[in-house]
Amino acid sequence: MRELLVTLVVAALAAAPAVAASVGEPAPAFVLATAAGDTVDLARLRGRVVYVDFWASWCTPCKRSFPWMNELEARHRDRGLAIVAINVDKRREDALRFLRDVPARFTVVFDAEGRTPAAFDVKGMPSSYLIDREGRIAAVEEGFHDERAAAIEERIRALLDRK
Amino acid sequence: MAFPVGILAMLGVASVAAGCATFDPPKPWEKGDLARPSMRFDADPLAARATTHVYQSKEGAAGGGTVGGGGCGCN
Repeated sequence: MRELLVTLVVAALAAAPAVAASVGEPAPAFVLATAAGDTVDLARLRGRVVYVDFWASWCTPCKRSFPWMNELEARHRDRGLAIVAINVDKRREDALRFLRDVPARFTVVFDAEGRTPAAFDVKGMPSSYLIDREGRIAAVEEGFHDERAAAIEERIRALLDRK
Repeated sequence: MAFPVGILAMLGVASVAAGCATFDPPKPWEKGDLARPSMRFDADPLAARATTHVYQSKEGAAGGGTVGGGGCGCN
């Protein structure tokens, strides 16, 4: 009976994510490839403010977030903002079709296996994680809401001002 | 020798419970297939209208035949 209990407890612990990505914690590391085959390593973006966005072709609000993210990066790229949009589609062609409809001028990488969203403990689609220059998660945004856009940009500005 | 019934029962419960433990509902980023239009109950608008029509004439009541919300977890 005791062994059974121990087994159950161990199984329950193993099922829970090891470290949930939350504000103030270091962002989980990832190395993912773009459609062109270039690798994007989050560790190499240290020193910049990184906006990590999880998206999928089947996610309707994602369609509205892309034009905004295009503008966002155009406005703040020179000051050190990097946008990395992580696609979680199982089929790459779905993602590419989405990108033909809604072009992205920021970095798009692909994680069909879903290891990165699991590491970030994504709670809904889309989800965004704002990472400061030290590689720590500064803010977590679930869903995309037009009325939240200004507040997020303000937060990005504040992080960019901090050297 | 046969096992005592208690232990057998416990093993049975444990194996059934283990079955529950291995069921993982799809994660938010795994709902692409669930979000496909063909996964809707009313994927075909004509068939859906016909079904509603028959339902309403049989029941003598309108509405109440659907539930709100999708399955993609993105709203």
